[in-house]
Amino acid sequence: MTKRTHAGWAWFAARHAVLMMGAVMMLAPFVWMLLTSFKPPTEIFSRELHWLPQEWHAWENYRDAFTKVPLLRYLANGIAVCAAIFLLQVAINLPAAYAIAKLRFPGREGLFRLVLLGLLIPHQVIAIPLYIMLHKAGLLDSYAALVVPFAVSVFGIFLMRQFFLTVPDDLIHAARLDGCGEFEIVWRIMLPTAIPALTASGIFSFVWHWNDYFWPLLVIASPELATPPLGTVFFRNEEAGIHYGPLMAGTVVITAPLLAAFLAAQNRFIEGVTLSGVKG
Amino acid sequence: MSQAVLPIAQAAAPRERRAWSEAAAGWSLAGPAAALLFLLLLAPAAGVVILSLTDWQFGAADFNWVGTGNFQDLWRDAVFWKSFSNTLVYIGIVVPGSVLGGLATALLIESDPSLRRFYRAAFFLPVASTLIALAVVWQFMLHPTVGLVNQVWEFFGGTATDWLKNPRTALFTLCALGIWQMTGLAMVLFLAGLKSVPRELYDAAAVDGADSAFERFRRVTWPMLGPTTLFVLVITAIRSFQVFDTVHVLTKGGPNKATEVLMHTIYSEGFGFLRAGYACAITIVFLAVILALTLAQMRLARSRVHYA
Repeated sequence: MTKRTHAGWAWFAARHAVLMMGAVMMLAPFVWMLLTSFKPPTEIFSRELHWLPQEWHAWENYRDAFTKVPLLRYLANGIAVCAAIFLLQVAINLPAAYAIAKLRFPGREGLFRLVLLGLLIPHQVIAIPLYIMLHKAGLLDSYAALVVPFAVSVFGIFLMRQFFLTVPDDLIHAARLDGCGEFEIVWRIMLPTAIPALTASGIFSFVWHWNDYFWPLLVIASPELATPPLGTVFFRNEEAGIHYGPLMAGTVVITAPLLAAFLAAQNRFIEGVTLSGVKG
Repeated sequence: MSQAVLPIAQAAAPRERRAWSEAAAGWSLAGPAAALLFLLLLAPAAGVVILSLTDWQFGAADFNWVGTGNFQDLWRDAVFWKSFSNTLVYIGIVVPGSVLGGLATALLIESDPSLRRFYRAAFFLPVASTLIALAVVWQFMLHPTVGLVNQVWEFFGGTATDWLKNPRTALFTLCALGIWQMTGLAMVLFLAGLKSVPRELYDAAAVDGADSAFERFRRVTWPMLGPTTLFVLVITAIRSFQVFDTVHVLTKGGPNKATEVLMHTIYSEGFGFLRAGYACAITIVFLAVILALTLAQMRLARSRVHYA
């Protein structure tokens, strides 16, 4: 490290002062949520400001959070729905992306144009007709309603196609000479080489659907089918501004899985979530 | 002549068979995706356009074609205009706020290695977490009497208010949450953009006499970040335009339509008042703006910004 001059030290201090202030504002809700989840109601409703709980009330708050609403059920629903969506997307997107990138067939250009067109259309735009279709199919208020509309992902196809374009044709020719059919090529050769791209799009898909509120809000009415965001709002509506301790304990539990994943694999996570931001 | 052509003709037959089998493989691999794209994307997209030309309501057995009637109603609908202008105000505050915040943060973080990872993680945390859960936390922090925000605000000499129920502050409070949530996204995009600025350009600028940090920024960093900045502007504008979660959870468009935004109007027209046709007409307007933003970005990116 180079020695700092006076101006260097001033810059060093100013940089930390500004960034630290920003970081405090960014982290404030997380910290306050955690601290409140440890406090008894008297302290939460007191006008006196204490950062740390004077009296420890964590056990009661978390016990209430888990017994008043099926928190674990919400988390399990979130995992099940996200996993189902991702597996379906891999099964459907990966072969399609390979075909578009590496095979010649009539209609390929048209299909790729459809994918590009799909990238321009935000999901909310087609929500009403999709809702009607699910209603006609008798699938509203079911796991299928949460999963089926996302079985195919234009963004997933697009990403995987971009990746497959970088895979050398020789690899595929060699596999064909060895007698591999196209299905075998997709699952035995392309899948393993695509793991990094698949991880990024997997994180993207998981975070997106885990956090999605709009679609579950439309199609789910039964509390036992709620995903984590919808469950949080059910919980909030039930508490009606009285039991903030258990409510904050609930939000801690709901946010914990993604935060843990983020802190465990920051770079991969940022890459995946940035994709979701880019998709808009 | 026949002698020379014959072997080629013979070779052509297997090549044709090969092309045919490749086409068959292509369609069997891409077929499921193509079918689902038609069913889950193209058909509903066409459905929105068709429904926007009808007066159909959820649950109704019948509908009438009304042509552009829904759009004419929109033109005269005060709630729609309120909602549209609120959405523009929201974009007008959240986009500059989060883009400038993200740029400043990225530059400051990159300028020195100390605590770099911590700062990056702290600013990105709101992007990486479940927004709905944090919106519930913000609601508690904005509680008029016991909320942290008012307690801190009063400590600094402000007058406590019910931020989300006061018609003068409600929309700006939601804007602040939008900036809180989106700054980290802009920051990581700018960090990626900064990585791609070649080091030599700074050396060259130093030779040309740009010694101050500001001169280096003005002459090298800012022009080199052109494409990134444009991209970040469009991304944050599109995302702000889609704002719904915080509005629905915190204000439901109130008080007195002060925070009514476009997505929320679509939601309440369609699923509250069940006027599907009318909601689809608003959706068309919504889509038109999104497409205009995206196409403008593509056009600008092609014509103007190509430095590297």
